[in-house]
Amino acid sequence: MTPEPAPGPTPPGDRATPGTYYGRGLPYLPLDSYPGKLIAIEGTDGVGRSTQIRLLREWLEVQGYGVIETGWTRSPLMRPTIDLAKASNTLNKLTFVLLYATDFADRLEKEIVPALKAGFVVLADRYIYTALARGAIRGIDKAWLRGVYGFAIVPHLVFYLKVDVDTLIRRVLESGGMDYWESGMDLKVGDDIYDSFRAYQNRLLREYGTLTEEFGFRVVDARQPIDVIQNHLRHQIGTFLKVQ
Amino acid sequence: MPNNLTTPHSYRGKLIVVEGIDGSGKTTQLGLLAKWLIAAGHRVFLTEWNSSDLVKAATKLGKKKNALTPMTFSLLHATDFADRLLYRIIPPLKAGMIVLADRYAYTAFTRDVARGVDREWVRELYGFAVKPDVRLYFRVPIEMSLERLLARRMKLKFYEAGMDMGWSTNAIESFRLFQSKVLEEYDRVTDEFAMSVIDGARSISEQQHIVRDLVSRAIAEPQPQEAIS
Repeated sequence: MTPEPAPGPTPPGDRATPGTYYGRGLPYLPLDSYPGKLIAIEGTDGVGRSTQIRLLREWLEVQGYGVIETGWTRSPLMRPTIDLAKASNTLNKLTFVLLYATDFADRLEKEIVPALKAGFVVLADRYIYTALARGAIRGIDKAWLRGVYGFAIVPHLVFYLKVDVDTLIRRVLESGGMDYWESGMDLKVGDDIYDSFRAYQNRLLREYGTLTEEFGFRVVDARQPIDVIQNHLRHQIGTFLKVQ
Repeated sequence: MPNNLTTPHSYRGKLIVVEGIDGSGKTTQLGLLAKWLIAAGHRVFLTEWNSSDLVKAATKLGKKKNALTPMTFSLLHATDFADRLLYRIIPPLKAGMIVLADRYAYTAFTRDVARGVDREWVRELYGFAVKPDVRLYFRVPIEMSLERLLARRMKLKFYEAGMDMGWSTNAIESFRLFQSKVLEEYDRVTDEFAMSVIDGARSISEQQHIVRDLVSRAIAEPQPQEAIS
């Protein structure tokens, strides 16, 4: 059998068509220009994603849009397994990546696609870019990881809530501290949890910078007051929905 | 990324895998092979598909609620495989042991594709797998496999019979439909990955003779020397 040519590295964001698969999708689930819209809010911990999503939902619903939220690692199928694996600390980087992909596949088929079909606005709290960033700093092959996530649907809008590392650290500390995985302790950058956390978040921010170029994120300065960010998001989303 | 599955490995040990549908006799053959290798003084390590603790919980939960889609089924097994590869396959290979795997990535290439997963996607997914030194495929017709399974009064397994696809509520009928698709995929896979095809309809000892011949030739190949540092 002649192998088909492998898909090249991920197409840049501006060439990927929203509402289609990024790469090799699910042959049994063809996407047929569904009426719903997928909006992803990306960013590291402590940038206020969930607050912004809560406010957006309220605003959209008042305007008469049906809204569904989906969050990273929140699938009923995988949540217990991911928690177990984190707790037992047996997770190596490859299984870590694959567990997240499984969780995402579950939510894609059970939440995202049905919602898009039914015409909802889907607000995604983090999207595959979180996995791409975390995978990259753990040394996972980038082309391979993009291939695995080939079944992800290209969002209509991606907002990246961006902060600098000092702000980020202060916010995470204020909000209840760092966990082993989120601080990248598995990477053994250092024994000191603060140093490790700082080094990890620095790498993460650099990676998000690369992804911003690749996928054409709309960057929002997350150091601004909540209402300023919210107004900015509403303006952009409102304009987009009106045009559609 | 360099595809490990198609690139020879450089570990001191040898990796031998058997493939085939349920009732093909592969497990029997692998057991006899293990006996022979151990008797000859080799250090042998056995590993099975779908056996790590990590995803057992999720597979069970999914099965109970019939909640696994072809895609989550595929990714869960890849996760399980990655876990086993890194903890149970690569270390013994590094230690110079002979690892015997009852099913390998090729099982995913047949079952997942029979369920409707993209053929190339799943091959890329398993790009991290180690290329086995010996790849044995035991080919049997569906009816022979069914006859063997039913004679042993084995209940057909839910996923093995493809019951999750909802093609038939009758387990035997579902098994026929699903496994004939799997067999078609095995025909592709055996060509693509140059597997040794063994006629599972032949006698157990005839098959074992062929198996031992193939394995002894692979073992005779020089192993990479560990650098003394």
